[in-house]
Amino acid sequence: MIAISNLRKRFGRFTALDDISLHVAPGESLALWGANGAGKSTLVRCALGLFRFDGRISVGGIDVAKDGKAARALIGYVPQELGFYDDLGVAEAITYFARLKGLRRTVPADALARVELTGHDKKRVRELSGGMKQRLALAIALLGDPPVLVLDEVTASLDALGRDEFVGLLKRLGTQGRTMLFASHRPEEISAMATRVIMLTSGRIQRECTPSELFGHTQPSQSMKIRLTPDWAKAAMTVLSSRGLNVHLNGVGVIVRVDRTQKATPVRLLLEANIPVEDFDLLSGDHQGGHP
Amino acid sequence: MTTLPIQFSPHRSSFFANVLTIAHRELRDAVKSRWFVLYSLAFAALGLGVSYLSAASGGSGGVSGFGRTSAGLINLVILVVPLMAMTAGAATIASDRERGMLAYLLAQPVSRLEVLLGKHLGLSGSIIASVSLGFGVCAAVLAAKGGMADARLFIALVLLSFALALGMLSLGLLISVLAHKGSVATGTAVFVWLTLVFVSDLGMMASTLAWRVRVEKLFAFSLLNPCQVFKMWCLYSVDASLDVLGPAGVYATDTFGARLPLIFAGAMAAWIILPLALAALIFSRRSPV
Repeated sequence: MIAISNLRKRFGRFTALDDISLHVAPGESLALWGANGAGKSTLVRCALGLFRFDGRISVGGIDVAKDGKAARALIGYVPQELGFYDDLGVAEAITYFARLKGLRRTVPADALARVELTGHDKKRVRELSGGMKQRLALAIALLGDPPVLVLDEVTASLDALGRDEFVGLLKRLGTQGRTMLFASHRPEEISAMATRVIMLTSGRIQRECTPSELFGHTQPSQSMKIRLTPDWAKAAMTVLSSRGLNVHLNGVGVIVRVDRTQKATPVRLLLEANIPVEDFDLLSGDHQGGHP
Repeated sequence: MTTLPIQFSPHRSSFFANVLTIAHRELRDAVKSRWFVLYSLAFAALGLGVSYLSAASGGSGGVSGFGRTSAGLINLVILVVPLMAMTAGAATIASDRERGMLAYLLAQPVSRLEVLLGKHLGLSGSIIASVSLGFGVCAAVLAAKGGMADARLFIALVLLSFALALGMLSLGLLISVLAHKGSVATGTAVFVWLTLVFVSDLGMMASTLAWRVRVEKLFAFSLLNPCQVFKMWCLYSVDASLDVLGPAGVYATDTFGARLPLIFAGAMAAWIILPLALAALIFSRRSPV
């Protein structure tokens, strides 16, 4: 469905992508994994025809460089952060992009219901939270049911809970027979959504494998919601963050990112600090199949 | 891997449908912007002032009354319309690029030419609406004071103002595709506006005196400035002569005579088309990020 051969992208003297060749089969979900600056987003932007490049990229057999518009008609794209028309109404945004996709009979409420944004159609885009904006971007990407989804670090601007919810939504909606190409540097996302991973380092393919092969030695983390009495929430934040854990407040306590093999650690740390724990839950958004 | 082939029927929006969709969006955004409202009000208020004073000082009006009014309106148009059109054009793509909107828009099934033409069309609509509002106010005052003896001249002035706005908008879009930031684009547009409106006039006067530039060269240089083309075309429409502009005007009237409107139309068309074509070429090659 997506074929890339001998892709090279340079910005002046800097080579961002060097001799990249890969193939994504129909229905396959390919993750681009690597550190910041590895070239993941550049590759995604080349696939969308946003950058000029050397080499060849085709989507559904259509050459992106020669007929980018036709190739993009096959793609639904979700960026890292939705950056458009903040004063636009949510329903207006859906209608606008539906028209650009040649869809004249799109019902905004249906598109929003699909991404669990029912009831938000009267709002302005600027009134949406970061997570809601990403869901709106996903609703726009899914307009017309394109066979390919391209995602660029879609959860990078979300908090832990938002990430879990969004990845859960993507798993339900995005992988229904679609071909997916997505950039991420989060192992849990890749484990949840990818069937194959390409590891990029300094613009080159370093390794190609399955998520379980790549993360065989590093267990992805998971979110845990710890219920506390309100008086103890800030103290719990201090204790957990001082031990290097990724933690934030929520309405009933804290949400902490925890290694899957050490799920008891945060509870133990709180009890050692004499902070009473009322209850805890493992959040289900990042449970995945194919995980080692 | 479970593959459930989804039912995808390719939808292709046509070139013109996309241009119109983007133009509609741009028009709505422009009309809602405070700059648009400010320019429109300023143009209408100044036009009202010029019309009222000209009509009041001219007694019952007539063609000579309109001649005074049109002279005032020509200067007003040269000052306001290019500034309005160039800053609107310059801000659009550069600001979209800066805010990440351009990359998102271009990631949709649209071509860059569709985006550029859509923006040009939408902004043209908003500027024409603004200028029409200003001229509408002037026409109402002139009609009330009996100064609309020659409506043809007034309509010519309005249409030429539209042409000037389109040319300046093309120039603004060219600036916009070249600039990385909205603020740089707007600053550059203001600088170019100053150059075209003030500096070129003074520069031509100075160079004529200093180097005794020949009248034919002076006239040719004037065609390189869309504001000068507008002014000469308007004056010619009023009087079928450019003698009021001095030796270069006398030369142009004597040499080209009735062909002058064609020359002005060609020059103005070039100012509309060439910057837009150049903007399209650059836009097709530049990164939207």
